[in-house]
Amino acid sequence: MSDHDDLSGPDLATSSSGVPVDVLDGDIVGPRPGDTGGQGRLPRMAAALIGVGAVAVAGLLWLLGLGLLPAVLLGYVAFLVAFPVWSLAVENRRKATDRLVTVLVWTAFALAMIPLGSLIWTVVRRGAPAISVGFLTDDLSGRALIEGTGGIAMALAGTVLVTVIAAIIAIPIGVLTAVWLVEYGKGSRLATVITFLVDVMTGIPSIVAGLFAFAFFQVVLGAPLPRLAVGGGVALALLMIPTVVRAVEEMLKLVPDDLREASYALGVPKWRTIVKVVLPTAVAGIVTGVTLAIARVAGETAPLLLIVGTAYTTNWNPFDGAVSTLPTFIYGSLNRTGGQYGAAWTDAVWGAALVLIVIVMALNVVARVIGSVFAPKTK
Amino acid sequence: MAKSIDVSDVNIYYGDFLAVEGVNMTIRAKSVTAFIGPSGCGKSTVLRSLNRMHEVIPGARVEGKIVVDGQDLYAPEVDPVAVRRQVGMVFQRPNPFPTMSIYENVISGLRLNSKRMNKSTADGVVEKSLRGANLWNEVKDRLNKPGAGLSGGQQQRLCIARAIAVQPDVLLMDEPCSALDPISTSAIEDLIHELKSDYTIVIVTHNMQQAARVSDETGFFNLKATGEPGRLVEFNPTKKMFSNPDESATEAYISGRFG
Ligand SMILES: Nc1ncnc2c1ncn2[C@@H]1O[C@H](COP(=O)(O)OP(=O)(O)OP(=O)(O)O)[C@@H](O)[C@H]1O
Ligand SMILES: [Mg+2]
Repeated sequence: MSDHDDLSGPDLATSSSGVPVDVLDGDIVGPRPGDTGGQGRLPRMAAALIGVGAVAVAGLLWLLGLGLLPAVLLGYVAFLVAFPVWSLAVENRRKATDRLVTVLVWTAFALAMIPLGSLIWTVVRRGAPAISVGFLTDDLSGRALIEGTGGIAMALAGTVLVTVIAAIIAIPIGVLTAVWLVEYGKGSRLATVITFLVDVMTGIPSIVAGLFAFAFFQVVLGAPLPRLAVGGGVALALLMIPTVVRAVEEMLKLVPDDLREASYALGVPKWRTIVKVVLPTAVAGIVTGVTLAIARVAGETAPLLLIVGTAYTTNWNPFDGAVSTLPTFIYGSLNRTGGQYGAAWTDAVWGAALVLIVIVMALNVVARVIGSVFAPKTK
Repeated sequence: MAKSIDVSDVNIYYGDFLAVEGVNMTIRAKSVTAFIGPSGCGKSTVLRSLNRMHEVIPGARVEGKIVVDGQDLYAPEVDPVAVRRQVGMVFQRPNPFPTMSIYENVISGLRLNSKRMNKSTADGVVEKSLRGANLWNEVKDRLNKPGAGLSGGQQQRLCIARAIAVQPDVLLMDEPCSALDPISTSAIEDLIHELKSDYTIVIVTHNMQQAARVSDETGFFNLKATGEPGRLVEFNPTKKMFSNPDESATEAYISGRFG
């Protein structure tokens, strides 16, 4: 937050006649009602200077025996007061208000970042030492299971398997629903009902989706305790569908009707217009939205607990047998972190958490990259 | 190939709202017909009913007969998609497809309909259409650049090239110059003059001089009062319309004493 000039409202430029002109709306402005005081500017380093001063105040208070937290708080208050007051003295009231609000907004941002930063720092610090090639390629069979010395290959495989199944189910249903809602059903009763149901679906607690999948496969398979990856995929798909519908719907609505009409006017049938004009125009947003939806469900635990079970070896068969995913592995391993081999299990859990965060972040990055790659170009 | 259009007793609705009432006219082949009239009197509505684009709007419908080449466009067995292949349209705002290059935009009408053609045929169509739209010289070195990167006037001519690439019989233009500068406007007016030898052209314009310059015949639309449906007040050769109109309302409008 070194340069406040960017944020401090419309700059005053000077028109050729020497009258100050408000750059944003071109009006010729005299002093506004709130503009009391001088017309000078704070030096560029103003924020930094006051910041140093505030830190000095906090340090001094701390040395004088005040607790660390009160000292920091008082230092912050000093900054919060001094900066706008200085601005008021040198500039005017409008700028002073602007600077006060700017500081408050930055504060809110910093506060919001604290949990995130601390979380990532902790996970990286404790998880990174556990990561090795073996950790990613071994499973937990044999002795490794007891001692927790193996790897999380089965959980990686399971996460991929379950997420892919969820995507295979949810993406076609979600995209087609959105296409119908925007292109065919617009304004109809059925569309209103479906939109409402999608909203309801968004609010389904994830454990309920898991229970649904569990009950569904109990009935279908007739087994009292079904354990299969497809079940997990179904549960995640249930959570994913509304997100996909919403994301795709918003993207399709952004495609101007002009383009649809241009295509119709060329004698292109409606379905072909949708497939070849509307979807390609919206593809960047659609792929981004879908990728983010995948990233969201990849980290789900609750819906999977009942249906996928626990596995310590890699199981690529989606129709039979328990699988382990990263979140269920983490959850299931927590009760082993005490005891004789507790330290090894603790490391494994932190390592798995780090891997999961990396995967989800990577998916987010991929979504952004895809978004910019597919975006319509003008150059 | 150009065809004439017979419009008889046409009423056009948006849902229950009767927007235009009782239109009768004959649009001659290989000529330019201009629609003029105050805003909201239904010029665009009539124009869009000529290629069944009107019904794209939910609830919109057309009553009456519009006959092209002996075939009523609104007969139940007629496919609106086929009508639109026969009657092309250029819109008020240029709307090239943003995902396509200049080249792809021009042949989009053929490609989107999955017409198979080899590279040299396609190249030929693109060059012919762009030449037809007076755009070839400006873009021939950057055919693979995005169409959205052109200037507004160039985009509008690209849209005209796209419309004529499918070789329609009739070309409808809804205020094609309203977003353009005088130079692009005059380029498009020249183009309309040239296209007239091959196509039947109908153009909506708010610019009297433009109507006088480019059109052979002119239709004047008006509203009796706000809330009333629009009507075709007068349909006559442009020369007569601008020198000695039948209706006093037409004269008032043209001379600027009205609307
Ligand atoms: N999509 C629509 N839904 C409902 N009514 C419409 C729609 N489009 C136009 N109308 C109505 O139909 C009437 C004619 O509109 P139209 O767009 O044909 O006018 P216009 O003569 O083209 O006007 P302008 O010169 O401003 O383009 C107007 O009363 C308008 O409000
Ligand atoms: Mg109009």
